[in-house]
Amino acid sequence: MSVLVDDDTRVVVQGITGGEGKFHAGQMIEYGTNVVAGAVPGKGGQEVHGVPVYDTVNEAVEAENADASVVFVPPAFAGDAMFEALDTDLDLVVAITEGVPTQDMARVKRRLDETNTYLIGPNCPGLITPGEAKLGILPGNIFASGEVGLVSRSGTLTYQVVDNLTQRGIGQTTAIGIGGDPIIGTSFIDALELFENDPDTKAIAMCGEIGGEDEEEAAAYIDEHVDTPVAGFIAGRTAPPGKRMGHAGAIVSGSGTGTAESKINALNDAGVPVGDTPEEVADHIESFL
Amino acid sequence: MKLHEYQAKQVFADAGIPTPDSTLASDVDGVVAAAEEIGYPVAIKAQVQVGGRGKAGGIKLADDEAEAREAADAILGMDLKGYHVEQVLVEQAVDFTDELYVGVTMDRGAGKPVAMVSTKGGVDIEAVAEETPEAIASEHIDPAFGMHPYQARKAVYDAGVDRDLARDVSSVLTTLYQLWDDRDGADAEINPLMVTSDNEVIAADAVMNIDEDALFRQPELAEMEADAASGDALEQKADEYDFDYVRLEGNVGIIGNGAGLVMTTLDLVDHYGGEPANFLDVGGGAKAARIANALDMVFSDDNVDSVVFNIFGGITRGDEVAKGINEALGQFEEIPKPVVVRLAGTNWEEGMEILNEDLVTVEQTLEDAVQRAVSYADEVNQ
Repeated sequence: MSVLVDDDTRVVVQGITGGEGKFHAGQMIEYGTNVVAGAVPGKGGQEVHGVPVYDTVNEAVEAENADASVVFVPPAFAGDAMFEALDTDLDLVVAITEGVPTQDMARVKRRLDETNTYLIGPNCPGLITPGEAKLGILPGNIFASGEVGLVSRSGTLTYQVVDNLTQRGIGQTTAIGIGGDPIIGTSFIDALELFENDPDTKAIAMCGEIGGEDEEEAAAYIDEHVDTPVAGFIAGRTAPPGKRMGHAGAIVSGSGTGTAESKINALNDAGVPVGDTPEEVADHIESFL
Repeated sequence: MKLHEYQAKQVFADAGIPTPDSTLASDVDGVVAAAEEIGYPVAIKAQVQVGGRGKAGGIKLADDEAEAREAADAILGMDLKGYHVEQVLVEQAVDFTDELYVGVTMDRGAGKPVAMVSTKGGVDIEAVAEETPEAIASEHIDPAFGMHPYQARKAVYDAGVDRDLARDVSSVLTTLYQLWDDRDGADAEINPLMVTSDNEVIAADAVMNIDEDALFRQPELAEMEADAASGDALEQKADEYDFDYVRLEGNVGIIGNGAGLVMTTLDLVDHYGGEPANFLDVGGGAKAARIANALDMVFSDDNVDSVVFNIFGGITRGDEVAKGINEALGQFEEIPKPVVVRLAGTNWEEGMEILNEDLVTVEQTLEDAVQRAVSYADEVNQ
C-alpha cells in the first residue's frame, strides 16, 4: 500500500517540452510511472517520449483520463499552472518549481481550500512510492519498498534519511517532500493523517527544519491523532537568528518560536524522539519495527 | 531584499503616504546644504541595512549647522554593526505627540497576508508582539479579494487609535497594503507613524522587504538592489556567484546541495565538536564551474581550517561535482586547506571514478566525512 500515488496513478506533466520537464518526464517513465500526457500551451499535437502533448491541462485530463499532474513550469508562470491544474479537479498536483513568488502561493493556497485536491510543494522534490511510481525529481535508486512513511521539508535531506534507512534494509511506503517555502500546499499534518490511515505504514519519519511553526503544529497533531510511531529530525540547530538559510522558509525570527529547540521540544513532548543525526533517526525507526 | 530607508520612503511617498522632507547625502557639506534646504531641526540617519541604528549611534538630531557638521562627521564612514556607512538621509525632524505602528506582512502559518496597527509605535515592535500581543490589532486579508476598507477601520478601532486620527491611519494602512500587494512585499512597515501636534500622521521611518522571487516583475525595485549592496565582503562575493551563503564564526568550511542537507551538515559539525565557518548551498543541478566557485568562496575565508563537501545528488550529478573539485584544486601547488568529500546519489559512482583522490580525502557517509573534517580542523589548532 501507499499514500497518494501508486502504479495506477495517471500523470500529466505540465511543461513537458522544457528542459527539466522533458528530462524528468523521461526519468519518471523509466521508473515505471504511468505518464499519460503532457500539457504545454501552444505545443498541443507534439509528442515527448512517446507521450502526447496537449495545449491545456483540461484537454490532457479528458483525453487521457489523468488524475495527477506534475508542474515543471518556470516560476513566473508556475502559479498560473497550479491554478490551471486545480481547475481540472485532479486528485493530486505536484509542483517542483523553485522560486514561486510568495503572494502567488497565497492565492493558490486560497484556491486550494475550495478543492479536494492535494497539492505537494512548490519547491519540492515530489513524492515516490518505491517500486510503483515517482512524481518529481527524486533519485529512484536510493528508495526501497517497505513500511516507513517519510515526510520532509527538504529534498536532499529526504535523500539522506532515506539512504540511512535503505542502507540498513528498511524500505518505505511513500516518501513525500513537501517543500521548504513559506507557503506550501500539503502540510506535515496532511501527510501524517495520510500515513496514520495507511495500514501498511508501520512507522513515520518526519524531517523538519527551522522557521515557521509547522513542526510545532505537527507535534500537537501527533499527540492527539497519531498512533503510528514517529521519529523526527530538525535541521538548522546551529543556524544564527535572523539569517536566511537557503530555503525561503528557513529563517529564525529570533522571537522564540521557529527555532530548532522549540521544534525539538514540541516533538519530544508529543512522544516523538528526535535524532541528533540522520543515522539516529534510522535507529529510532528500526526500534519501532 | 530589503530597501534602504530612503528608497522605501520614496516608494511610500509616491503611493501617497505622508513622509517628512528629506534628502540623501554622502559627505558633510552635502548634509549641511540639505539641512539648510529642509530647515532645522533635522535628523541625520545612517542608510545601512541593520536594525537598532539609533541605539548604535547611527541617528542623530541637529539644531544648527555646527551640530549638523558634527553629526555628519560622526556617522559618515562609521562602522555600524559591520556595515560601512556611506550615505545618510537628512530629514525634517518631526515634532510629534504620539507614535503609532502600522505594518503588513505574510502570515506564513495562516498562508494569508496580515495587516497590523498598534498605538505602541516607536519602539521594538517584536518585543511588543512578544510581551503584549494584545497591543497589536491585526486583520487577516483574503488574498483573493484584497483588503476591504472596513478591515482597515476595524484594525484601527481595535488598536484604540484616537478617533480623530482613525480616518487618516486607516487610509495609511489601506495604502500600505495596496503597496505591499502591488510591489510583492514580504514586509512593509511604518514604525513610527508619528502624530503631529496638528493631528496629522507622517511616516518617520519606512521598512520595505521585497520577495526576491518576485523581483522579475518589479524591475524598478530590482534596480534599487544594485546600489543597496553593503556589508561583509565574502557575502558580497557569494552574491556575485549567486550562492546561498551565510558566514559564521567557526573554522570548518561547509559546502553542500540543498538547504536542509547543508543545515544538517552544519549541525553535525557542531555535534561532533567542531564549529561551522559558513553555510554554502550550491543549489540544484550545479555544474563543474559552480563547484569550483564554491571552493573558491570557502578558501577565501581566512578562518577556515578544513572543508567538508557533502553532495547528495538528485538533480545534481556526482560526475559534475567531481570535475569541479578536480578543476578547483588542480590549480594549487599545495592544497590550501584539507578537503573531505562525500558524494552520494545521482552518478556518484562516476564521480568517484573521476575524483582525483590525491587532492582530497574521501568518506562514504555523511557522519564519517564530518568527523574527518572536524579532526583536520582540530589538528591545525594544536
